[in-house]
Amino acid sequence: MKNKKLKKLLSALCYIMPGAMIILTFHFIPIFYSLYYSFFKGGLGKKTFVGITNYSELITDADFWLSLKNTVFYVIGTVPTTIVLSLIIALLLNSKIKGLSIYRTIYYLPVITSINAVSLVWKWLYNTHNGLLNSMLEFIGLNPISWLFDKNWAMIAIIIMSIWKGLGYNVIIFLAGLQGIPKQLYESAEIDGAGLWHQFRNITIPMISPVTFFVFVMSTISSFQVFAQVYMMTQGGPGKATTVIVYHLYDKAFQKFELGGSSAIAFVLFLIIFAMTMFQRKIAEKKVHYSN
Amino acid sequence: MFKKKSNREKFFKTIVHILLIIGAFVMLFPFFWMVSTSFKTQSEINDNPTALFPNEYNFNNYRQAWKAGSSAGFGRYFFNTIFVATITTMGQLILSSLAAFAFAFLDFPHKERIFLLLLGTMMIPQQALLVPDYIILHKLGWLDTYLALIVPWVCSAFSIFLMRQFFRGIPKELFEASRIDGSSTLGFYFRILIPLSLPVMLTAGMFSFLGSWNSFIWPLIVTSADELRVIQVGLANFAQAEGTQWGLLMAASTFCTVPLIVGYFFVQKKFIQGIATSGMKD
Repeated sequence: MKNKKLKKLLSALCYIMPGAMIILTFHFIPIFYSLYYSFFKGGLGKKTFVGITNYSELITDADFWLSLKNTVFYVIGTVPTTIVLSLIIALLLNSKIKGLSIYRTIYYLPVITSINAVSLVWKWLYNTHNGLLNSMLEFIGLNPISWLFDKNWAMIAIIIMSIWKGLGYNVIIFLAGLQGIPKQLYESAEIDGAGLWHQFRNITIPMISPVTFFVFVMSTISSFQVFAQVYMMTQGGPGKATTVIVYHLYDKAFQKFELGGSSAIAFVLFLIIFAMTMFQRKIAEKKVHYSN
Repeated sequence: MFKKKSNREKFFKTIVHILLIIGAFVMLFPFFWMVSTSFKTQSEINDNPTALFPNEYNFNNYRQAWKAGSSAGFGRYFFNTIFVATITTMGQLILSSLAAFAFAFLDFPHKERIFLLLLGTMMIPQQALLVPDYIILHKLGWLDTYLALIVPWVCSAFSIFLMRQFFRGIPKELFEASRIDGSSTLGFYFRILIPLSLPVMLTAGMFSFLGSWNSFIWPLIVTSADELRVIQVGLANFAQAEGTQWGLLMAASTFCTVPLIVGYFFVQKKFIQGIATSGMKD
């Protein structure tokens, strides 16, 4: 009996192992390896055990805290605006209008195009002297802005571009959620004489709340890992105004080759995002449910 | 009364269309500007930066950008990207579907536990794995080879999950019947399961291909040789070398995005369905 079970397990593993080996080797075990490596100093060659020094250095590392602050600023700038705008667009698209699939295709276009290419396009739009945005500002009588070269504006410029890039994805998710709300709810509300605002407030918002929560957590997690825009548009500058946590990690690991120290950053990043994921799962199980 | 309502509705719909068209304009304008600038000469850009259309449509910027200065050139970068994306996608389809098959059709001890372990790996952010993966690839001697670009991505928990969900909709009796008819397990997989699963294969394949085509930070760190660069890394390097030659940069951006946009128009319906049901980006 026991033998038969083992045989079943082994034959199933024949199918699972080729793929599972890849996942475990490159996407699971390395996180423990990162923890192990964070107790050492050195590059690829010799490394020396230093205990928790990398972590205690991290606590006093002003650049690390700045990068964390910049990342949080980016997340706060991107996520709520994206949610509000994409919900509005999804509502407009859901109002039984013609040409739905054309609009959907257009709004989704920035999402599939590579972040590197669109970063260059926006860098050109943001250009201080010849950029179109400044020409438009001058045209309506405002002072031009040095967008990517002004430490007060650089992150805002990256945020605006990132909202444009990611909007369509969330529109699709919200639209799917809106289409899942039973029509009868609106019909009976209309019979009861409820106006559009009341329907939105008392049916749409509560019914869509699981989707909103999903979008909120997923965008927060992916915004925390922002990198390519920064690399392409500002290289973390001016000064360190747009150095986000992954850019700081990249700089420390692959420019300065401090693999031990950067492993510590990587592990902290993992803990932050893992905590957010766990939080999402807890809430998703308990709190967010249809209110009726 | 009836007429009044339909007038109101008409007005309402017009407002909705106006808002959506404004939004669509904002979404599309950067692409228009990219293509428009790509045909302009540098002096044209300096003289009249706000001209909506170029004076004439010449492809000099494209020719010059394609060669990408003294580097291997975008021809090579395109070859690398297509090669890596194709092999990665084929690997994803084969390895992930084999695993998904076992989870959907076979009975074995600890099935749920093994599945959850694999699924749990999706909670680990990719950026946190860069440093340890880099060290592992160094130890394997794979840095600066195609292996580093391909092998870590030939299977993903997401594809396994997506395919298992689909496979579970296929009646188990089909599997049992084919066994009774004397077909082997692999025979069922190749002759019955895969032909029935083309929709999910297409969805998973598109996600994988797009992810591979657009990936940047991974190829940036695991390769440094010019002839191994993929499009995204090539474009980043080209941007650093050319700085403010906007005509050239926009030409390069255009030919790096157009193939994907064209492909997207062909499969967009399937693709958007895939996102709406799986909630996955790349």
